[in-house]
Parts: sequence; structure tokens; C-alpha cells
Amino acid sequence: MTAVDVPTPATGTRQPILQARNLVKTFGKVVGLDGVSLDLYPGEVLAIIGDNGAGKSTLIKCLTGAEIPDTGELLVSGQQVHFKRPQDARAHGIETVYQNLAVSPALDVASNLFLGREERLPGPLGSLFRVLDTKGMRRKAKAELIRLGISTLQDVTVPVENLSGGQRQAVAVARAAAFGSKVVVLDEPTAALGVRESNQVLQLVRDLRDRGLPVILISHNMPHVFDVADRIHIQRLGKCAATITPQSHSMTDAVAIMTGAATA
Amino acid sequence: MTQQQQAAGPPAEKHSDPAEEFMDRSTPLSRIRNVLHRYPALSPTIVLLVAVVVFGVLNDRFLRVENLSLITQQVSVVGTLAIAQTLIILTAGIDLSVGAVMILASMVVAQTTVNNGMPAPLALVAGLVVGLAAGALNGFLVTRFKLPPFIVTLGTLNIFIALTLLYSGGSTVRGSSMPALLTWMGSTFPVGPVRISTGVVAMLLLYIGVAFILGKTAWGRHVYAVGDDKEAARLAGIPVNRVLMSVYLAAGAVLAVGAWIQIGRTNAASPNAGVDLNLDSITAVVIGGTSLFGGRGSVWGSLLGALIVGVFRNGLSLAGLDVLFQTLAVGVLIIVAVSVDQWIRKVKS
Repeated sequence: MTAVDVPTPATGTRQPILQARNLVKTFGKVVGLDGVSLDLYPGEVLAIIGDNGAGKSTLIKCLTGAEIPDTGELLVSGQQVHFKRPQDARAHGIETVYQNLAVSPALDVASNLFLGREERLPGPLGSLFRVLDTKGMRRKAKAELIRLGISTLQDVTVPVENLSGGQRQAVAVARAAAFGSKVVVLDEPTAALGVRESNQVLQLVRDLRDRGLPVILISHNMPHVFDVADRIHIQRLGKCAATITPQSHSMTDAVAIMTGAATA
Repeated sequence: MTQQQQAAGPPAEKHSDPAEEFMDRSTPLSRIRNVLHRYPALSPTIVLLVAVVVFGVLNDRFLRVENLSLITQQVSVVGTLAIAQTLIILTAGIDLSVGAVMILASMVVAQTTVNNGMPAPLALVAGLVVGLAAGALNGFLVTRFKLPPFIVTLGTLNIFIALTLLYSGGSTVRGSSMPALLTWMGSTFPVGPVRISTGVVAMLLLYIGVAFILGKTAWGRHVYAVGDDKEAARLAGIPVNRVLMSVYLAAGAVLAVGAWIQIGRTNAASPNAGVDLNLDSITAVVIGGTSLFGGRGSVWGSLLGALIVGVFRNGLSLAGLDVLFQTLAVGVLIIVAVSVDQWIRKVKS
């Protein structure tokens, strides 16, 4: 089995939702990404693992518009796209939960869900005076949380800073998964969480997949990765060292590939 | 939907969060803190009411309507500057140049009218342009060169002071030589037994307008989000630099109105006026409970802060204390206000 031999279980010849082709990104003399390709199919959890500095974060930033790759192309549902800002990726339905959560602590849950895409009241109050539809957004936020099966957030008017770590993560995931997104990218979603809260987040990931939403998961935590991932993309030194599945390889194999002690 | 809510309700209540259990073990003090945290304008309101009662007891002249009306007129300029200052502090910035911008604008308004014969309404527009240009310069330096707002406005403070003196030649323009429109903000009208100045009304209208925009529009929410966590706001898709630039421009526009109020209040345009106004506006904002770390606070708090300072200065001087003690009291107020703010913010953890 070689690095390019990409197993695609249960995906057959279906078209990937998100494709990256030979992404290269350099920071001065440092090569962050050295020709990385990636496919994400509908209804799968694709984990991206790798040692520190292997290019995981850079890869994610390129996929989500936070960085612009020097060369290479991105395709969403087969169409070539160019992301210059995170909003561009969002406009194509790619939503990201960043490691630092990117929630605004002083704002409440509903405001955070709608941050950057606020809705205004209908009629002249909204169009002329630009008044926000606070009630409507709260109602929709609540409905969206129920639809996503997130039961840890009951009150959408609580400021996020009053929530626990797992609840904050749920807010961030809900924002990414809500409002018709096509791909959810989770950067180290369990890094700061306890055992039970981690399990809640992993369950949330499975729920999203079961609703047909593909998930890209970046994590250092091998048991978590092997628990939820359908396929695992291993980054090493700015390149994709291998793409494996939890069935084809063990955790030890994955770590060996990650550190360069073995090739797939 | 209600059925769904009910269906989703019970399972969540089962796992009670350890953090919530911990918060339930509250002392009376921490409960007070939670209330103050929830309503940031509450603590300055209490301080203001207590101050009014205490000074009213100390001196029976204090609570007379003429005196209360005088206090509102005294705070109209600082109160207006505090609006601009609040906008900027909410974005985790600070503007040391507000007073200097206002004085520069007031000199341009007065001199173009009196020396260059410009019609008064046009002169006011010129003042607005000066305010916007100053705001644009500050905003440009903050967003493009990524300089800390403190440094930017420390620099522009000196630049604007120098420009004011260069432009005006150091001479004051008297109100008596200006058209009535320019000193209109100083005129008063009776409301029952009280005389209210137009400047106070203008200030209050600005407060209502800015409070509405901050509280009810997406722009207002974005201002808070940028001040709260700039990176989080950027990742959420908020154009951070555009929001910051618009905040500095809005502040500049408010300062131009402040210049008009200042001309009316002092019945003159003097290049040497208002040296204390830069810091006084920060004092009002801080006492009003707006956090210098950004993202927290309200414009109404700043009005309360400006009133508290005004009440203290007026009350202490009625009590026969030297002006130095007023300054001392304001200093103590600032430190107490920031200490209380820090204490309230501990709710977060």
C-alpha cells in the first residue's frame, strides 16, 4: 500500500464535496504545505493528524479561507473556488470551528450563532433603521440547536462566558453546522475538554455525519480520531504521508507514519 | 416546536454541569457580583444616586433646580466627548486626542465664519469634515499600520494641538462676534422650573442615537465583538478593520457636534480650552463601567460617569472644598471604579 493508494470505503465513485489539489504554502523560507491533496466525500468524518509543524493548521487554514495557498487548487462539488477570506469559504458552505473557539465571550449564545450574519427585522425598521431581529434570531437559534440535537444548550440568551468548556464547544460546533452548511471543519475540538465533555463532542460529530454532513477533524488525540474517523489523513513535513482507515491500520501504525518511523 | 422543546428538555436537565453546581454555591457577595455583571449600568447608577443624596444633605443649595440644571450644562461637553470615547474603548482602544480634535474643529468652525466670512451652516459642515478627517487619520493608523490606539492618539493629540495653535494663531474667537447659529447650543429654554440648554438636548439625542445603534444593529454588535475578541470576530467573518475604521469615523463625527456644544457652552472658541477634556472623557467612560479591555459596557454608563464627575465637582465646591479636593476625589473615583470592574469581571471564571 502506498501513500497515493487512497481507500475510499463506501464512497465508490461519488463526487467529493471538497477537494484540494497540490496545495503549496510557504511562509518566507518555511514550507508549510508542500503539495498536499485531499478529498472529502459526503457523509464521512475525515481526520487529519500529524506532528507539530506537519502542516495540519496551514492545510485547514487554506481549506477555510484563513490563508491563501501559493499554488494549487480547491474544488467545492467539482467547481474550482478561490478563497480570499473566511467569508468566501463560508459562502460555499465550509464552516470552521477554530481551536481558540472563535466565540465572543460577552455575547449570548444566539448572538454568537448569528455573529457576522445577523438578520434584520422585516419592513422599514429593518431596512431603513437596520434594527436587528433579536427575537427571531433567538427563536431560530433554538430551533437550530434542537435540529442538531444539541441538548446541552437550553437558554440561548446566556452569555457564552458563563458556559462550561463543553457547552462553548457546542456553541461553536452549532454555529458551524447550522444554516445549511456543507462541510464542518473542527480544529482540536476535544483538546481542552474533560472525558465526558469530549464524548459529548465526539457524539456530536457522529450525529453530524449521520445527518449527511461531512466533517474534517483535526486532532492530536489518537483514541478520539480512531473512534470517530472514517478515514485518516496523515500529514508529515508539509506533505500527506498517507491516508489510512481505522480498519486498515492500528494507532501504533498511524503514529509510526506520523513520526516517519514507517511508511504506509 | 414547543413539543420538540419539551422533548429535548428533560434529558439535558439530567446531567447537571459541574461548573453550574459550583456556581450554585454562591455567597451573598458573589450574588451581588453576578447582578452587577448582568447589569453593567447598575453600579454607576447607585454611585450617582448616593452622591446626589449625600451632597444634597451636605448643602441644601445642591438640590435646587438651578444647580442641577447647571450640572447638566457643565457635563454637556465631556458627556459628548465620552460618547466618542466609549465607541473607541468598546473596541479595546483608547483615544487620547478627543479633546484636541474637538478644539481643532471648534476653531475651524469659528474662524471660517468670523475671519473668512463663511456662512454658519457651511462652517459647521467644515467642522464635521475636520472631525471626520481626524477620525480617519486615527483609524487609518490603527488599522493599516497596526499601531496601538494609545500610541496613535498620543501622537495625533500633539499633532492636533499644534495644528490648532498654528491655525488659530493662538487667538480666541468670542461668541459675540459669531452668528447666532454657532452659539445656539449655549442658549437655554425653560422646562417647568428648569432651564435646559440646547447643548444638553443635543448631547442626550446623541446618547439615544448611539445607544440605539450599539444595541439594536448588527454594526453595534460587531463593535462589541471586535472589542471582545478581535481574532474571534475576524474568524466569524466580521470585517474587523472596516468596523474599527467606522468607529473612529463615527467618533470624529460625534466630536464635531461636541465642538458646536463647546462653542455654545463657553460662548467662545478658544485654542487653549479643554486641555483636561481628553482625560476627563476617559474618566467618564471608566467610571461608567465600560471596560478598558473592550467589548463590555454601555454608552449610558458613560453618561452616568460624566454626571458622577460633574456631581462630585459641583457638590464638593458647594461644600466649600478647594478645587484640588475635587481632583483628588475624581482620582479616587477612577481607581475605585476600575477595581470594581476587575472584581465584577471575575464572574467570568
